[in-house]
Amino acid sequence: MGKPTKVTNSIRYLRFTHGEMTQADLAARVGVTRQTVIAIEQGRYSPSLEVAFQIARVFGVPLEDVFHYPADKP
Amino acid sequence: MSYEERRTWIYAAIAAMVPAVYAVIMLGRLADAGAAEISYAQPLLVAIGAGMVANFLAGMLIGAPDRRDERDVGIFRHGTQAGYFVLAAGAAGVLALTLAEAAHFWIANALYLAFILDALVSSAVKIVAYRRGF
Repeated sequence: MGKPTKVTNSIRYLRFTHGEMTQADLAARVGVTRQTVIAIEQGRYSPSLEVAFQIARVFGVPLEDVFHYPADKP
Repeated sequence: MSYEERRTWIYAAIAAMVPAVYAVIMLGRLADAGAAEISYAQPLLVAIGAGMVANFLAGMLIGAPDRRDERDVGIFRHGTQAGYFVLAAGAAGVLALTLAEAAHFWIANALYLAFILDALVSSAVKIVAYRRGF
């Protein structure tokens, strides 16, 4: 499977540290389908800023703790 | 698999199967007579109607749609845009056939083919986007 985005994320880890939250639970709280949460987690889809902020809000952490973008190499 | 992806697979399958049956019937008739003499209007309309009814029934059979989110909307647009270019190219071909005063049989069927290719290409692009990322 290809990864069309360089954005990585810690959603799987955050779900684990938040009471083993299921993908379905996260999807319901954010208002997307479970398949979309899976795609985001696997780096197959970059969500809109709005959804990204909603995910961060569910975990109660800043956006940068959920999504990461590699720094430019000098 | 989400509802929207299932729906796309079904749409693609119908877009492949119904025209295939129609093509077999038309090729059989073409073997016996020239394009100008073939009775194609009724089978063509039946094929178009059958495709629409099959899509409607399949949509009912796979159940009520669940949530459609921004990814579904984005993938739908992405696929539709790809299909648009195919349809536009097909329309140009139909225009060329018309200007060349080709038989109505070829003009009508070229237009039908353009719509079918639009459906197949847009579905394929959507499925790839669902499977490989978008």
